[in-house]
Amino acid sequence: MAVKFVIQRFDSEKDSAPRMEEFNLEIPKGATLLDCINLIKWEQDGTLTLRMSCRSAICGSCAMRVNGHARLACKTQAVDVVTDNKVVIAPLGNFPVIKDLVVDLEPFWASLERIDPWLKPNESVKWERERLQTHDDEKLIDDASTCILCASCYSDCNVMEVDKNYMGPATLAKAQRFVFDTRDVKTKERLDQLNELTGIWDCTHCAECSTRCPTDTKPLARITELKARSMEHGYSNSAGSRHVLAFRESIPGKYPGTGGGLINENYIPPRSLGFFNIPALIGILPVGIRMMIRGKMPPLLPHTIEKFDEIKRMFGRFKEYLK
Amino acid sequence: MKHDVVIIGSGLAGLSAAMELVGNLDVAIVTKVYPSRSHSGAAQGGVAAAVANHEKDDTPDLHMYDTVKGSDFLADQDAVEYMVNAAPDTIIKMEKLGCVFSRDGEQKIAQRAFGGHSRKRSCYAADRTGHALLHVLFEQSMKHKKNLTLYNEYYLLSLIYKDGVAKGVVVMDSKTGKIDIIYAKAVMFGTGGYGRAYNITSNAFSCTGDGIVAAYRAGLPLEDMEFVQFHPTGLYQQGILVSEAARGDGGYLINGKGERFMEKYAPSVMELAPRDIVSRAEQTEINEGRGIDGKDYVYIDLRHLGKEKILERLPQIRQLGIDFVGVDCIDNPVPIQPTAHYSMGGIPTTLDCRVLADVDGTIVKGFYAGGECACVSVHGANRLGTNSLLEACVFGEKAGRTILEDIASLSHEDINEEDEKSVVKKRIDNIFASPGTESTNAIRNELKINMTNNCGVYREKSKLETALSTVKELQEKFKNSKIADKSKLFNTELQEALELQNMLEFSELIVKGALERTESRGGHSRTDYPKRDDDNWLKHTFVSKQPDGSIELKYKPVTITKHQPVERKY
Repeated sequence: MAVKFVIQRFDSEKDSAPRMEEFNLEIPKGATLLDCINLIKWEQDGTLTLRMSCRSAICGSCAMRVNGHARLACKTQAVDVVTDNKVVIAPLGNFPVIKDLVVDLEPFWASLERIDPWLKPNESVKWERERLQTHDDEKLIDDASTCILCASCYSDCNVMEVDKNYMGPATLAKAQRFVFDTRDVKTKERLDQLNELTGIWDCTHCAECSTRCPTDTKPLARITELKARSMEHGYSNSAGSRHVLAFRESIPGKYPGTGGGLINENYIPPRSLGFFNIPALIGILPVGIRMMIRGKMPPLLPHTIEKFDEIKRMFGRFKEYLK
Repeated sequence: MKHDVVIIGSGLAGLSAAMELVGNLDVAIVTKVYPSRSHSGAAQGGVAAAVANHEKDDTPDLHMYDTVKGSDFLADQDAVEYMVNAAPDTIIKMEKLGCVFSRDGEQKIAQRAFGGHSRKRSCYAADRTGHALLHVLFEQSMKHKKNLTLYNEYYLLSLIYKDGVAKGVVVMDSKTGKIDIIYAKAVMFGTGGYGRAYNITSNAFSCTGDGIVAAYRAGLPLEDMEFVQFHPTGLYQQGILVSEAARGDGGYLINGKGERFMEKYAPSVMELAPRDIVSRAEQTEINEGRGIDGKDYVYIDLRHLGKEKILERLPQIRQLGIDFVGVDCIDNPVPIQPTAHYSMGGIPTTLDCRVLADVDGTIVKGFYAGGECACVSVHGANRLGTNSLLEACVFGEKAGRTILEDIASLSHEDINEEDEKSVVKKRIDNIFASPGTESTNAIRNELKINMTNNCGVYREKSKLETALSTVKELQEKFKNSKIADKSKLFNTELQEALELQNMLEFSELIVKGALERTESRGGHSRTDYPKRDDDNWLKHTFVSKQPDGSIELKYKPVTITKHQPVERKY
């Protein structure tokens, strides 16, 4: 199959802006995207620059954006990403570019180091042999431990795009691996940190990280587990955790003015921000006024939906499940 | 740049050494990738240790005999004994550091069967054991960040070695192209193997023998270079590894006639024979027309293991099959062929990881090596699966401890910086300035095909002679090669050219050793000399570069302590 590879070129020492360059290549049968890029480099233009190493999806070097989304080039069959006879290749997003497909990964490693990514066991207990761990307990950290640190999630994270201080999906997934490790005893310290700003509650659940993750790590699932564990440990005083509580209280109707099986949009903002957090509430006032002008203000007292009983039953079942 | 210790390589050997030294000495690690991207992470099936969780009667002694027998009796038995005795503690240590191991019903580290091991002694983390071990040491390196300097994406250009003393290294910062000298009282190499010279290989692009060649160019000998391991289950045409765990957990090997052909070659252990034997069996089936549809591959069939066991224990290799050859092993057999996998040869060292300057046991002051780049020799002529992760951890740690012992007697030596830099600059300038016409890609491809076809699973005199003359032709061609990227900034084309230059250098040594060794032993199998010849060849090959550029071959006796060589049958 003859295909046009449109590849982003950039030399941070010479160029002021990146440009797109087209290469034509006949994709050999069974060739991975990495095979194809290498064929272009080796046979057409030796200056084309990329990182690569294991070519078996375990080292994470060859992550790049393919048709706008992060992927491992070695793990991708080239024919699978051809649309309209074309493949568009660019470096990972959310990083400064050094040259062509090579980005400066330092922010990624720096983020990882923020959470003390190593086991902190109880040093006072001496084990002669290995520490015991049940198969089920090991399973709790199995997915997170498959992370290859390829930074695909960091590249496509929507929060990272607007807030470079956010810890990022890979770092939070790594944190899950220690919070849920039965051998680690610093759970409180870890959760304290993760519940601060830039931590788990800054995630907006867009699920880009899990969609782009080439392993079973699936950061969003790990972040969700961290949120649940935080709530269990009583971390309910952040805007994010209150937001979750607001949903739970709003739908089945825990307080007057809530309930009826609908999300009460009048209740959720003050509950999340804090009812007495006047500055913050004033801050969102313009949004409320605009909603009112456009006729999108929800009714002050929500009506009760049909089959509200069903909703209540579901919440009841869920509560039981949590026990 | 100046450090007490500089470690080249951030895989299991290098990181294990560093962990022994941090806090005590000023340590630096130089890596051409990032630590988590080292090739140790690609190891899949497990790490051997007689922790006896699964089979209570397992002992280090049994592990030792299996290893010695697996090596076709070329391993140095004192080194093997040290490794197997250290193994259980090493695994326990990794667990304590936080390594995520798979667990058995008693909550202990789970163990599985592996080829050539008489007991189920492979401790594992699903089928990504190397990844689990590498990442736990990477985590520890972050813990000790204050006491550890990491030179990420720096490329080793040469070893500074004069008058019996290693003084430091010359490196290039990949990001800027800047060439620098790192002074060190102790230099440790954990630079990995040399499998990249083969057309079908499981090795990463990074496995280009940089450290081995740096030692050789400095005038030091290399040991047993002719011994290259071919792994029996590389994905067809890609060479990507399908873990031996797939056979350890019960996979069958099937030829074009639908037969489990290992019955003919190793009736007592079938698919669980050591790798050299299984690879030869596959190659024989293929050569005699019994590949699938008469082609150059056979099948590994896992279907009878069932979906649940495959998803639980072999999830990575299932995904590799789907991604790389479009086959889901739950539903279909997977096409495989032998793939160059592991380098038994390397930089000769003592039991304490001190590098040897000759066959007489002279020690190089301030130079240490461990892991795949070293030849201590625990694998002899053929490594058993799961012994490589073990070797890297055990001898990496040992190198660290030896450096601690030696450091008081070592000092920063004077280096003539201009001389050292000019040698490597000349090499680089020659590549940049060459108005050549030869494509480095064509040279590399030709080298790899030459090595696979003429110095592969089966070898013979005429083919090896072809291999040698081809390598020499390619070395000449390289002088007339061309590269397009002349910039300093992250010049991967230059680095690939330097790596190719290394491959051309060590490939000659592999062929030379193979040509001289007129016997068949372990991974080295000569069709014109099909028998092992203990009378003449129970010895290690040492190759070294003479001042006139020629290669000198010498031999060193094998250390035999407990187990006299006997015929190797399975």
